[in-house]
Amino acid sequence: MQAFRFDAPPLPPEASEACERVRAFLATECGGGRYVPHRCSWSTFDPEFSRRAGAAGFIGVTWPREVGGQAQSSLVRFVITREMLAAGAPCGAHWIADRQSGPQILRHGSERARREILPRVCRGECFFGIGMSEPDSGSDLAAVRTRARRHGEGWLIDGSKIWTSQAHRVHYLIVLARTGEAGEDRHGGLTQFIVDLSASGVTVRPIHNLSGGHEFNEVFFREYYVPDDMRLGDEGAGWAMVTGELAFERSGPDRFLSDYRLLVELIDTIGPEPDARQAAEIGRLVSHLAALLRMSTSVAALLDEGRSPNTEAALVKDVGTAFEREVPEIARLLLPLQPSLDDHAQRLPETLAHVVLHAPSFTIRGGTREILRGIIARGLGLR
Amino acid sequence: MNTATADSELTNLLLEQADRLLRAEVTREVLARADAGACPTPLWEICEQAGLPAALLPEAAGGAGIAMADGMRLVRQLGYHAVPLPLAETMLAQALWSAAGGAPVTGSMTLVAESLALRRRGVRYTLAGRASRVPWGTAVQHLLLEAHDEDGLRLVLVPQSALSGKAVGEPVRNLAFEPRDTIDFDAVEVDEAMVRQAPRQLLFALGALMRAQQMAGAMERCLDFAVSYAMERRQFGRPIAKFQAIQHMLAEAAGHYAAAVAAADLGADAWGGAQFEFAVAAAKSRVGEAAGKVAAIVHQVHGAMGFTQEHPLHFSTRRLWSWRDEFGGEGHWQTRLGHLVCAAGGSALWPALTAD
Ligand SMILES: Cc1cc2nc3c(=O)[nH]c(=O)nc-3n(C[C@H](O)[C@H](O)[C@H](O)COP(=O)(O)OP(=O)(O)OC[C@H]3O[C@@H](n4cnc5c(N)ncnc54)[C@H](O)[C@@H]3O)c2cc1C
Repeated sequence: MQAFRFDAPPLPPEASEACERVRAFLATECGGGRYVPHRCSWSTFDPEFSRRAGAAGFIGVTWPREVGGQAQSSLVRFVITREMLAAGAPCGAHWIADRQSGPQILRHGSERARREILPRVCRGECFFGIGMSEPDSGSDLAAVRTRARRHGEGWLIDGSKIWTSQAHRVHYLIVLARTGEAGEDRHGGLTQFIVDLSASGVTVRPIHNLSGGHEFNEVFFREYYVPDDMRLGDEGAGWAMVTGELAFERSGPDRFLSDYRLLVELIDTIGPEPDARQAAEIGRLVSHLAALLRMSTSVAALLDEGRSPNTEAALVKDVGTAFEREVPEIARLLLPLQPSLDDHAQRLPETLAHVVLHAPSFTIRGGTREILRGIIARGLGLR
Repeated sequence: MNTATADSELTNLLLEQADRLLRAEVTREVLARADAGACPTPLWEICEQAGLPAALLPEAAGGAGIAMADGMRLVRQLGYHAVPLPLAETMLAQALWSAAGGAPVTGSMTLVAESLALRRRGVRYTLAGRASRVPWGTAVQHLLLEAHDEDGLRLVLVPQSALSGKAVGEPVRNLAFEPRDTIDFDAVEVDEAMVRQAPRQLLFALGALMRAQQMAGAMERCLDFAVSYAMERRQFGRPIAKFQAIQHMLAEAAGHYAAAVAAADLGADAWGGAQFEFAVAAAKSRVGEAAGKVAAIVHQVHGAMGFTQEHPLHFSTRRLWSWRDEFGGEGHWQTRLGHLVCAAGGSALWPALTAD
């Protein structure tokens, strides 16, 4: 077998320096009571936090200076995101733009899109969502039916998107739409567009998740007009663009740190003298986390070298989300806990409640476990 | 791995050579004969000629000067090939003994997991205590162990000649039929040249890291077997690799293997640093857990054929089932790690995980 390697080259000095800076920033944020770690995760939407993070220079750091970035290596970004997540910071507002929409615009966007949008993203003032999934197109993304047809200087979009996280709060979506024939491999005829949610022709309907929260939505387009310079990449090149960014989406710390604060609360509640079972289970979870952190760091280093380690990224997400799902299941065995969202007197039951009610989504969002295993199997040469 | 390019090139060369050599020499017949109790002396000699036992010794001492972290890649390769010799043990014992300033020795060596007691009598020392399941304990020329005397911790090299009649009970083998001997060290005398100051307790953790690396290698071999078997074996008119259930089982195994490699390398890179015990605890815990899961999956994929002597899978899986319990099983290391983590508190975990 082509052995996987998870080398972890030492972080470059600028990444270690960024680590110090972001830790200091987060200590001030958290110490000043501006966010409460055990109630937050990377999907917690807090525009004010994002604005402060942007002002402090923690968003879009890999992008060139002329669009507001700092031309840093992606290892610097990796360290910043890793630290934000470990500290339980509410990164949800800027997360998608920083992780994938911004880089797509940088690479495939028009001059106007880059100039008008990216500096605002860097300042933490402009947020994005992902418009891929549709009612009849989940794992089978190539089946999208939302159409865009040429109209004057631009395009008219008709159709609907679903599960669109934060569509009710973000400024833009990147929408994958059908613009031509699918062709034999089904991957042709797809194009991505930057969609301004404040324009007319688009409506957002809330979908409440099982925890009662309003995070995702259904989004409807009726003759929604997009100017041609808000198209991303060439007409018909959408498939390559969405799959090309997958290694970035799937190998990051957001795939194994979603409930890191639960682990921290668990350790603190157990205290310095764990019983044998508590010690063993905590040790086991930490051993998983240590391995994942190294895997993810190593993929970040490969990405930084310009490689596209898709199998390794799928491995990080599959193993990482399995870990995230296990944390609450173990936590409840180690202490007599009854989770509740309302129990603000104690941190652990509240954190556990939040995690239990979100855990099912960990192995669905961003590509289901089964889809990832298919990708890994392909990497192994089985298909 | 944190090594300069020149070093890595040398290591890569050595690894390639070793891989070629072991692929050719560690045949099924050799493995089967070792199972049956025959000592594979010719294989040892070949490995010795290739410089493997001395790979981690400094060049001045006749070695290849490979750093510990890189040496662990070699150890992993030994695990991949299921080399039925105390070769990894010898490599590491050589490195430790030489680093402690011990006089050069030749031949095979092993690492003793338990620490013993030591008492000085003039220019000689007397040992006390018993060590169980010592890898190749009665077969090797020298045994390296840690022992406490009144002044602290010592590294002691015991020649086999000092141990005649000291083996306890019937010979015992692990599940891979590798010898694991119980040895009574009471009243065994060694010369002061065989006793060195030990900076801190390392042998047990280093042994655990060695097994973790060997397991990572053995798991890679298991996946190789399973992937090729899945492509060759046909049922219902197609290769079983085409069944999604098989694909997903192997993808899951690959995830455990990948995490095991990462954890084992974490331990290797931590050598010499303050986080070594933490990293080894994580490594042995994670790799040991993966070993059981990978072994179970690859056997399921192989059907009845994998349950035979005929298919070579068992040479690797029986090693996994043994190695995961040697130098502390997951139970031991998870508990150790849990105590370290809980004692330090939740907010200390992240700095520990991200320490360079
Ligand atoms: C919290 C959350 C946030 C999300 N946010 C967004 C967002 O912002 N934007 C967006 O576009 N999408 C978003 N999604 C949607 C997400 O991308 C999809 O849920 C995901 O791709 C799976 O699609 P589906 O839910 O339709 O499930 P389906 O594809 O219908 O799958 C149902 C089940 O069938 C299995 N399955 C499907 N195909 C196969 C196959 N070939 N082999 C084996 N098993 C298969 C799946 O693994 C799953 O178990 C979000 C989802 C969640 C849960």
